[in-house]
Amino acid sequence: MIVAQRKPFDEIMDMLKGYKKVLNVGCGTCVAVCLAGGEKEVTVLNTELDMARKLKDDPIEIDGITIERQCDREYLAELDAKVDAYEAVVSMACGVGVQFLAERFPQIPVFPMVDTSGLAANQAVGWYEERCRSCNQCVLGMTGGICPVTMCAKGLYNGPCGGTNQGSCEINMDQPCAWYMIYERLERQGRLDNILELHKPVEWLDQTPRTLIQPGYKKIDPEDMV
Amino acid sequence: MKSGSNLEKVLKAGHFAFTGELGPPRGTDAEEVRKKAAFLKGNVDSVNITDNQTAMVRMASWAASLLIMQEGLEPNYQMVCRDRNRLAMQADILGAYALGIRNMLCLSGDHQQFGDHPSAKGVFDIDSMQLIYMVKKMRDESKFLGGGDIEEPPQMFIGAAANPFAEPFEWRVHRLAKKINAGVDFIQTQCIYNMDKFREWIKRANDMGLTEKVYILAGVTPMKSIGMAKYMKAKVPGMDVPDEIIKRLQGAEKGKVAAEGIKIACEQIEEFKELQGVAGVHLMAIEWEHKVPEIAELAKVLPRPVME
Ligand code: SF4
Repeated sequence: MIVAQRKPFDEIMDMLKGYKKVLNVGCGTCVAVCLAGGEKEVTVLNTELDMARKLKDDPIEIDGITIERQCDREYLAELDAKVDAYEAVVSMACGVGVQFLAERFPQIPVFPMVDTSGLAANQAVGWYEERCRSCNQCVLGMTGGICPVTMCAKGLYNGPCGGTNQGSCEINMDQPCAWYMIYERLERQGRLDNILELHKPVEWLDQTPRTLIQPGYKKIDPEDMV
Repeated sequence: MKSGSNLEKVLKAGHFAFTGELGPPRGTDAEEVRKKAAFLKGNVDSVNITDNQTAMVRMASWAASLLIMQEGLEPNYQMVCRDRNRLAMQADILGAYALGIRNMLCLSGDHQQFGDHPSAKGVFDIDSMQLIYMVKKMRDESKFLGGGDIEEPPQMFIGAAANPFAEPFEWRVHRLAKKINAGVDFIQTQCIYNMDKFREWIKRANDMGLTEKVYILAGVTPMKSIGMAKYMKAKVPGMDVPDEIIKRLQGAEKGKVAAEGIKIACEQIEEFKELQGVAGVHLMAIEWEHKVPEIAELAKVLPRPVME
């Protein structure tokens, strides 16, 4: 899932300077699961903002609503009738949600309340670890299911580098060396031949905004949709 | 001849090569480079010019290379993958060659986190293995990585590093083989202190026939102090410093620790001269350049061969 973390409170206060009537929109999907921007987090932030602004003698009227997914027009439609009553909208969704919201309501300033950090797995409640950089050309089949782009600090395709340190990465003893793990796993599976050949320079596919259309589908004008 | 560099000639003629290293200054002082170069002149076959070593900003490697060329030394131009993408790298290679640089050392580069700009964006567009492949393609096929033709391609003697000590040990020779397949001509190893492990590594490389395909220069860095030995053991990733080395330094008389460090280095060099598969020594006496004449003398590698 996509994981995110709430922005520092001072930064949030700064962004909302001068706005007196604001709608906070939570997202019920990824950011709710990773405890950053679901219904509960919307309520908490609103309470904090309400108190902080009162203390400054500059009260803010802030309402909250959490929709199923901000990256989906179907759910954004719920907001159509509401937003015009506000001076600004803040979003607790990932960067995708924030942009989709801003795109739907171009007349209103939209502010992000979280910093989106990546595609991560849930290790335990409140603990997430990045596992994918969405490079658009997955090599996990070759590397024993360990991503060199994400897990190697240098994103090497022909690792490990000379800094590999008894199973740890050179950057930190607590960070496992991805290429050490790749070697170990492939060795155990008898698949070392996977990495014996040079992996040629990568033709990066993530250097321009990407659009994806699944087979059998096509691009349609958003106007023709809901 | 691939490049016609002095280093290539020395190695090809079967001489035991001896190379040095010079770190460019953290400023614009050309005189500092010239001073260091003066200690190396006549004592080494080629001098590695580091590229933003330990991720600290320094004078560009090609510029310091040029300065030592003006002093009559041959540079081994280091290039790391951390700071440039493939466009900048190829442009620099063309420029370096045009200026007379004939040796290159292809490295990944220490992670930017270690340096003075820890939150810089690490480029790593290509890795060291792919850099070797790219330089070879430029040289042997007269092609840019993107496939376009190069007029007057750069004829570089291509070097790379190898760390015989990093785990998994079994993988090390395979990684060396991979670099050879990518197109490397010579290898300079990580500083060697664990001789047993190094002997085992070179034996495996010999057994696989690798040392017939590539020149291996054994990396040597004399210990200046006990503190340095301890620091390298504990803090430098990928460094293998056995306790015996530290004990030997501790056993030296007061004021004689550095001399003992040099003695250890010279003993190593003596052994490397005899060791099958080792084509020379790369001496990394960083910030100790003034000691190079003495070390070269004691290690009996002088005079350096003069090539046609
Ligand atoms: S030590 Fe391992 S994980 Fe770290 S940069 Fe080098 S190869 Fe990548």
